[in-house]
Amino acid sequence: MTRAMKKLYSPWFLVPVGAIFFVLFLLPTLMSFFFSMTTWTLTYWKFTGFDNLRMFFREISLRISFKNTLIYSVLTCGFKVVLGLIFGAILSSHMLKTRHFLRSVLFFPNLISTLAVGLTFKSLMHPTRGLINAMLRGIGIAGPDWLGNHNIALYSIIGIDVWKGVGIATVIYISGILSIPEQYYEALSIDGGSTWDKFIHITVPLCRPARNSVIILAFIGGMRTFDLVWVTTKGGPGFYTDLLASVIYKQYCAGYYGLATLGNVLMLLLICALAYPLYFYITRKEVDL
Amino acid sequence: MKKLFALLLLVCMCFSFSAVAEEKVVTLMIDNATSYAGIEAAGKWIEETYGIRLEIQFRPGGAEGENYVRTLLAAGEMADLCYFNAGALLATINPAEFFVDLTGDELIANVSESYYPCVSVDGKIYGIPAGSSFCGSWLYNKAVYAELGLEVPHTWADLMENCQKAKDAGKTAVIASFGDDWTSQLILLADYYNLEAGNPNFAADFDANKAKYATDPYGLKSFQKMEEVYQKGFMNADYNTNTYDYALEMLVNGDGVHYPMLTNALTNIYTAYGQEAVDNIGVFGQPGDDPDNHGITVWMPNAIYIFKNGANVDLAKEWCGYFLSPEGIEAYAAASKPEGPFVVKGVELTDVYAGVQEMMPYFDEGKTTAALEFVSSVKGPNSPQICIECLSGLRSAEEAAAEYDADAEKQAKQLGLAGW
Amino acid sequence: MSRHHKAHGANGQHRPVYYNLFELLGLLLAFFLYLIPFYFVIINSFKTKREAGLMNISWPSTFQIAENYRTVITNNRSALLVAFKNSIIITALSLLVMILVCSMAGFVLQRRRDKLSTAANFALLTGLMIPPAIVPTIWVMKAIGIYKSIPGMVLIEVALNCSFSSILYRGFMGSIPREIDEAAVIDGCGPLGLYSCIIMPLLKPVTATIIVLSTINIFNDFVNPMYFLPGTRNITVQQTLYNYSGQYANDYNLLFADVMLITIPPLLLFIFFNKQIVSGMVAGAIKG
Repeated sequence: MTRAMKKLYSPWFLVPVGAIFFVLFLLPTLMSFFFSMTTWTLTYWKFTGFDNLRMFFREISLRISFKNTLIYSVLTCGFKVVLGLIFGAILSSHMLKTRHFLRSVLFFPNLISTLAVGLTFKSLMHPTRGLINAMLRGIGIAGPDWLGNHNIALYSIIGIDVWKGVGIATVIYISGILSIPEQYYEALSIDGGSTWDKFIHITVPLCRPARNSVIILAFIGGMRTFDLVWVTTKGGPGFYTDLLASVIYKQYCAGYYGLATLGNVLMLLLICALAYPLYFYITRKEVDL
Repeated sequence: MKKLFALLLLVCMCFSFSAVAEEKVVTLMIDNATSYAGIEAAGKWIEETYGIRLEIQFRPGGAEGENYVRTLLAAGEMADLCYFNAGALLATINPAEFFVDLTGDELIANVSESYYPCVSVDGKIYGIPAGSSFCGSWLYNKAVYAELGLEVPHTWADLMENCQKAKDAGKTAVIASFGDDWTSQLILLADYYNLEAGNPNFAADFDANKAKYATDPYGLKSFQKMEEVYQKGFMNADYNTNTYDYALEMLVNGDGVHYPMLTNALTNIYTAYGQEAVDNIGVFGQPGDDPDNHGITVWMPNAIYIFKNGANVDLAKEWCGYFLSPEGIEAYAAASKPEGPFVVKGVELTDVYAGVQEMMPYFDEGKTTAALEFVSSVKGPNSPQICIECLSGLRSAEEAAAEYDADAEKQAKQLGLAGW
Repeated sequence: MSRHHKAHGANGQHRPVYYNLFELLGLLLAFFLYLIPFYFVIINSFKTKREAGLMNISWPSTFQIAENYRTVITNNRSALLVAFKNSIIITALSLLVMILVCSMAGFVLQRRRDKLSTAANFALLTGLMIPPAIVPTIWVMKAIGIYKSIPGMVLIEVALNCSFSSILYRGFMGSIPREIDEAAVIDGCGPLGLYSCIIMPLLKPVTATIIVLSTINIFNDFVNPMYFLPGTRNITVQQTLYNYSGQYANDYNLLFADVMLITIPPLLLFIFFNKQIVSGMVAGAIKG
C-alpha cells in the first residue's frame, strides 16, 4: 500500500465512534472488572476478592446454563446461516413470483418486539389449548408440552428465536448476493452452467462477507441473549432453560450487583475464548477476495 | 364597562394563576401487577376533600421491578411515594438511605403494631400499609365440594384424601399454573403456620443462619408436601405452562377443585367472573397434622414508603395521613373489597367476599401467623424455580430444600447480612 | 430490475413448472408459520379481556375494537402519545448519528490492515458480544451530566448499536473495489472528499439495511430506556406494554392492541425501505 493511499484512510475517521464507544461502553465495562470483586449495593461497596467467584461456581443452574448457552448459540446460528442462505438465494432470484411478498412476510417478526413474540408463542405452544397442538391433534399427533417439558423447552425457544431472526439473516444474505458482480453469472451461463451450479460455484463462495456477518451476529447474539427465554419460560421449568445471561440477569435483579458483574466478566471471557478464534478463522479468508 | 371588563379579566387571570399555583400533586409509583383500584379511589376522595391530586406511575412487577426500584432510588428518580413489598424485600433496597423514618410518628399511630415489624429495618419503621392483608390459602370450589360430598379438611391427610376423591371423579384436584412462576410457591409459603407450630423459633434461627429448611423436620415437611402432590398426580397435566388467569377459570368453572393461592385472587375472580362466581369460592388454611390446630398463614399488605429525596415530602406525608384515616380506608374498601383484615386500628370489615368470611374465624381464634418473608429478612430469589422443580418431580424434597437454603445463603451474603 | 433478471438466467427461458410447486410450498409455509401468529395478535386485540385471556384464535363473540384501542391510546393521560414522541425522537437522532460515525469507521476499518484496525475490530467485536454493564454506565453518564436526558439516551443507543452497524458497513465495503479509491486519488480527492463524495453514496444500500434494522432495535428496545431514561415523561413505547402485562393481571386484549399500534412505525419504515434496499442495489451502485 502506498503512503498516499494509507493517508487516505485516516485514523481520524475512527475518532467519533471511538469516543462514544469508549466513554459509554468500554469504560463502564473496565470498571466492572473491579466491581466484580466486591459486594456492591450501588451506594457502597466492600472488597471481597474471590468470594464472588466461589459463590458463582456454586450457582445451582451454572452447569445447565453453560451447556444451554452453547447449544442455543450454535443451533440458532446454524439454522440462521443455512436457512438464511437458502431463503436469501431463492428470494433474490426470480424463481418465485411472490418473492417480494414472501420476503416481507419473512422479515415481519423482526418488527414486533420480543415481548409480544414471546407472549404470542407462549399461547400458541400451550400443550392443551395452544394452536400448534390443536393442529397436530387434527392430523392425529399428540403434541408435547413445548415450553413445559424440560427436555424440549430449550429447543422450542431456539425455534422461536430462528423464526424471529431468520428474516434478518435473509436480508443480509440478499444484500450480499445482489452485490455479487453479474459478470460471474454471465460467464457461467456461457459455459452452460445450471442454476444449481451458479448457486454452488458463485453465490455460496462470493456471499462470504454476508455469511460471515450472519455467523458472527447470530453466534454472539445467541451467546448473550436471554430476553426470549425470559419472556417465555423465565429459565424454567426449574432451571432447565437458563442461559448464562439469564442467570446473570436474575442475580442482577436480586440486587447481587457484585456477583452479577462477575458473571458479566466471566461471560466476556467465555465469549472471547470462543468467538474471537471463530471470527479470525472465518475472516482470514475474506482478505483473499 | 371597559373598566369592569378589565377587572373581570384581571380577576380571572388571578384566579386561574392561583389555581395553577395551588395545584398540589403527589406522585406514587406502583407496579403494574397490583390492582390499584382501591388506592385510586382513596386518592380521588383525598383530591376532592383536601385538593391533593394523586398521580400514579407504573413500573414492572416481579424481580425486574425490584431491580427497577433500586435503580430509581439510587438515581434519585423515585416518585414521592413508593409502593413496595413489606417484609424481607424491604431490607434489600436499603430503606434507611431512601425512605422517611416514621418511627414514633403520629402517622403510624393507628396502624396495628403487628404490622410494624414488616416495614422495619434495624428497628426503624418506614412504611404504611397500602391495602388490606390477605392469606396464603387453599381456594376451593364450593359447588364441586357439595357435589362430591367433601368437607373442609383439617389435616393434611384429609386434604390429600379430598384430592384423591376429586381426582377419581375426573377433576383436577390441585390446580397448578407454573406459567406464572410465582404461583408455584404457595404450598411452601402457606405451610408456614404449621412450620411455626412445630418450631416456634424457626424464623429467628433461619435469620441467624442456624435453622435450615433441609435439616428442620418441619421445614422439610413443607417440601415433602409439594413432593406428595406431584407423586399422587393431583395437578393438571399442563401444570408447567398453565397461567394464573386460566387457573382461576378452572377453579371457577369447576374443572379444578383446589387452587393453593393467595386470597387476593378473590378480587381477580370478582372482576373477571362476577359476584356469583366469587361467592362459590371458599377458603381454608393449609392444614397440618393436628386437627385442633388448623391455622392460616397471613400476608401482610404491601407498603407505601415516602421517598426522602422527593420534591414533596411533607405533602406526601399529609396524603398518607388522609389515606389511613377511616374515611380514606372506607373509600378504598368501597372500590376494592378487602381480601382480609386491614391492619389499621378501628376499621371493621363489613362488605366482604364469602371466602373472606370463611377466613375470619382463624383471626378470631388467633390461629394466624405472618408468612416467613414478613418476619425474616432472607428469602432467596430462586424460590419459585426451586418449588417448580420439587412440584414437577425434577428434584426430591430433600434436594429442593437444600437448594432453597443455598439460595437464601447466597442472598444473605450478597446483601451483607450479619451472621452469614 | 432487468440486470438482475438476466444475471440469474431466467431471461428468455420458460419458467420451469416445478417453480409453481415451490411457490405453493412457500406460500403454505408463510401462511402457517407467519400469517397465523399475526392473525392471532390482531384478532385478540379485538376481544374482551376475558376472551383474550383464553388466548385462542377463535372468532370473538363480541367485538370491542374501538374501545380497546381508545383505552390504549388514552390510558394514563395519553402516555402512549408521549411515548411515541419520545421513541421517534430517540430513534431518529440515534440513526442520524450512527450512520454518520459508523460509515466512517466501516470505511476505514475495511481498508486499513494494520495494528490500529485490528485493535478497533477487536473493540467492535467486544461491543457486539458483551452485554453493557448497566450500573457503571449510569455512573459515567451522571459524571458527564447526560443521565436521564434524551441526548444521553441517544448516545447510549449509538454506543450499544454502533458495533453492529460498523461491522455491516465494513462487510459491505469489502464489495467496493479499491480501484475506486485509487481513481479518486488520481482525481485529486482527499480522505474526506473520497468518503463523502464517493464512498458514502456507494454505501446507500447497506445504509438502508442499517436504517431498517437499527430502527427496529432502537424502537423496540425497552430494557435500556428503563435504566438510562427513567421518569414518566420519558416513557418509550415498549414500556407501555408493561401496563397490560403484569404478575397478577394480564389484559391481553389491550396488550395486543398496544402491540399493533407500536408496530406501525417500524412497519411503515420497512414498507418504505424494503423497496429502497432492492432498488438501491439494482440501480447499480456497485460495479464489479
